[in-house]
Amino acid sequence: MPERALRLNGPSLEIVERCDGKRSVRQIISELQQIYSKAEPKKVETDILDYLARLNDQRAIDFA
Amino acid sequence: MSTAIAKPLALIAELTHRCPLHCVYCSNPLELQNRANELTTETWSRVFKEAAELGVMQADLTGGEPLARTDILELVRAARTAGLYVSLITSGMPLDETRLAKLIDAGLDHLQLSFQAAREETANEISGTKAHAQKLRVLDWLKQVRVAVTLNFVIHRSNIDQIEQMLALAESSSATRVEFANVQYYGWAFANRERLLPTRAQLDRSIETLKSAQDRLRGKIRIEYVVPDYYAKFPKPCMGGWGRKLMLITPTGEALPCHAAQIIPGLHFENVRNRSLQEIWETSEAFQKFRGEDWMQQPCKTCDRREQDFGGCRCQALLLAGDASATDPVCSLAPTRAKVDAILQAANTPSHPASSLNTADWLYRPNPT
Repeated sequence: MPERALRLNGPSLEIVERCDGKRSVRQIISELQQIYSKAEPKKVETDILDYLARLNDQRAIDFA
Repeated sequence: MSTAIAKPLALIAELTHRCPLHCVYCSNPLELQNRANELTTETWSRVFKEAAELGVMQADLTGGEPLARTDILELVRAARTAGLYVSLITSGMPLDETRLAKLIDAGLDHLQLSFQAAREETANEISGTKAHAQKLRVLDWLKQVRVAVTLNFVIHRSNIDQIEQMLALAESSSATRVEFANVQYYGWAFANRERLLPTRAQLDRSIETLKSAQDRLRGKIRIEYVVPDYYAKFPKPCMGGWGRKLMLITPTGEALPCHAAQIIPGLHFENVRNRSLQEIWETSEAFQKFRGEDWMQQPCKTCDRREQDFGGCRCQALLLAGDASATDPVCSLAPTRAKVDAILQAANTPSHPASSLNTADWLYRPNPT
């Protein structure tokens, strides 16, 4: 990103790595629900959607 | 104070001082370098590699006008190959559709296009040349290509009332980020300050406009703005702190902690021609000089804000207080704040001379050979 950088670790890295212009948001959620299978699936979904919205507000990602 | 030296985030590469624009607030020094003294392609390529090895993430290719370098494609490619995120900070003047496509093909990640105003007449007066129409063409070409785009508006007394039109221009473009950067008063801008400093009323209106635009455009365009620090209560953390985040290389290879650092008397700068970037960053006198807190005077030395603003700007302290180690005079706690207040008072009197001056009163920056 211009003039800034994201510090990514754990789940945030798992999410951003998958923002590759090919996967859909739905796919990203389902892949992470499998990785974090002990967590409540609904909670995983909400966390991902919140995080993606935050990245979009910062204009770090685009939704196709 | 922590003893470990943080890694720089970005390398600001001033590839040249040559520029077709003559902006009255140019951040280049008053003494401009000629083409004959510029670093070669090979040296810049080595510098980009060393920067990446040092932990730098971004290369900001700027100038002057970076497109004045005939080897710009090689330089973009070299920075990208080194693993850096490559930004081009340009006036858009020496650009056409073919060259733009080649720059992106060479690995350009982000292009920042400068505008001097929203109205052509103002823009051309500020840049001292007819540049505005070309910039609008560049804006159209940018819609056709895949590159991140920032529009940059430098804001001052003569264009601060055009912010609505600037926002409209941004919304009609492919930009996802817009900077509204009020002029900072060093070098050329310091010389032209009387005509550039906005009034308090102008500033308040502009902030209101920008705040509501931030809400309205959230998720579409990220709006960043910098207020003129003369009007601030506390100083800016200049460059993110001296020798903490940024390293600037001049066209001739001098490594500086900030754009204006060369005005500080007695400071010696190392050159990338004969020193490695790591050596300069970690041990050079210039980068060590105002790092940390040991150099601070009161009230900074014991101030709670010293880790937020790092005492403000050293060059401003020199320009306004006559001492580069003093608290930045824009700080409301600074013993020299009265000087800034006097400047503001003059800028806010109805009989202020800015209203009666004409184009001939600007000090324009020249284009070196």
